[in-house]
Amino acid sequence: MSSHAFSAIQAAWWFWPLALFVVCFFLGIVAVPAGVGGGVLFVPIVAGFFPFHLDFVRGAGLLVALSGALAAGPRLFADGLANLRLALPPALIASVSSIAGAMVGLALPAAALQIALGLTILAILAIMASVRNTEYPEVTQSDPLAVALGLHGIYRDVHTGREHAWQAHRTPLGLALFVGIGIVAGMFGLGAGWANVPALNLVMGVPLKVAAGTSAFVISPAAALVYLNQGALLPIVAAPSIAGMMLGSLIGARLLHVVSATVVRRLVLALMLFAGVRTLAKGLGIWP
Amino acid sequence: MAVNRDDGLLAAQERYARWLAWGTRSGVVLLVLAFILYVTGAVVPYVPIERLPELWHLPAAEYLHRTGIDPGWHGWARLIAHGDMLVLAAIALLIACSIFCLAGVVPVFWRRRERLLALVCLLQIAVLALAASGLLAR
Repeated sequence: MSSHAFSAIQAAWWFWPLALFVVCFFLGIVAVPAGVGGGVLFVPIVAGFFPFHLDFVRGAGLLVALSGALAAGPRLFADGLANLRLALPPALIASVSSIAGAMVGLALPAAALQIALGLTILAILAIMASVRNTEYPEVTQSDPLAVALGLHGIYRDVHTGREHAWQAHRTPLGLALFVGIGIVAGMFGLGAGWANVPALNLVMGVPLKVAAGTSAFVISPAAALVYLNQGALLPIVAAPSIAGMMLGSLIGARLLHVVSATVVRRLVLALMLFAGVRTLAKGLGIWP
Repeated sequence: MAVNRDDGLLAAQERYARWLAWGTRSGVVLLVLAFILYVTGAVVPYVPIERLPELWHLPAAEYLHRTGIDPGWHGWARLIAHGDMLVLAAIALLIACSIFCLAGVVPVFWRRRERLLALVCLLQIAVLALAASGLLAR
């Protein structure tokens, strides 16, 4: 195909939404086995390689993250992998701060935001590559806030059949972290699984699988509502993204037991590195 | 399957999960239907679809200005007869389904004298309602 013909196709309104659907479908496939939320992949890749303004990309990113959590939610509760009592306090804090993040993000100039997004993605990459979560953290004593909120439970491991009683600790510190997590999520339209899980697991001492399952319910729809009311949700961007990611996630969930999670995770980290560098370079005007 | 012997929590989670499953399924079906009506032109969009490539690279505020849409939910809701706004309404429903789920578990926590968690749920509903109200829109 000649470059002229390709440019003509790119100019057609349907080209980019279709490309978005295809890309999101593949992102959905790799996101599940890699154990990452869709938003953290979606935003830098679409911001780096698609013609949409960052406002619309971030708005769609929040929806992508939210739709994954909504779709998986009932199953997580049924399997005992999510704990509503544990999710509610951080979700409230992240809601308030994500609204603030969304409002700041929508007020900042696009170039500054693009640079900040690139740096944030690279920082998230470093966190994901270096943090080693603990399957069953040792918690000798719960704190008064955790006791008041009833942040404890019993989790049974399906592989070993053993039951593990758990209780949270360092709750005030853990909840304080969700202020920052919410701001970053709202400002950049990222899901927050990359931060929710370490905060719940490493800081508050929640078993890894309960932390990962509960993390889905800490993703707040509040910032998405702000984006909606500020005109930052474009149907032609949001709908194909949600549909592609949901369909891809269904395939990804089936591949969970077939493909090597380590290999897929490395692939995803490489993708994030490339997209983070691209986003940063675009913001700096080095790679327009 | 993992177990949790906390009956109060299980009752709340069971209701939350059931409402969430229904809300999500309905929201996704409505979103797909609305999007088909939008892209096929069966319901005429407010912003012509062919015009989007000249608009989607603009900041959201500029997009609203150029298309004459007011910020806030009333901006898009008053245009709901158009295909693009119908998609936004479906998205709004999908986003808002967690509000209904939270409202559903408040009585469960309240009956079990878990007043602090019931209060957390009510506060979360208030925050989401504030975000949905458009009062925070510029």
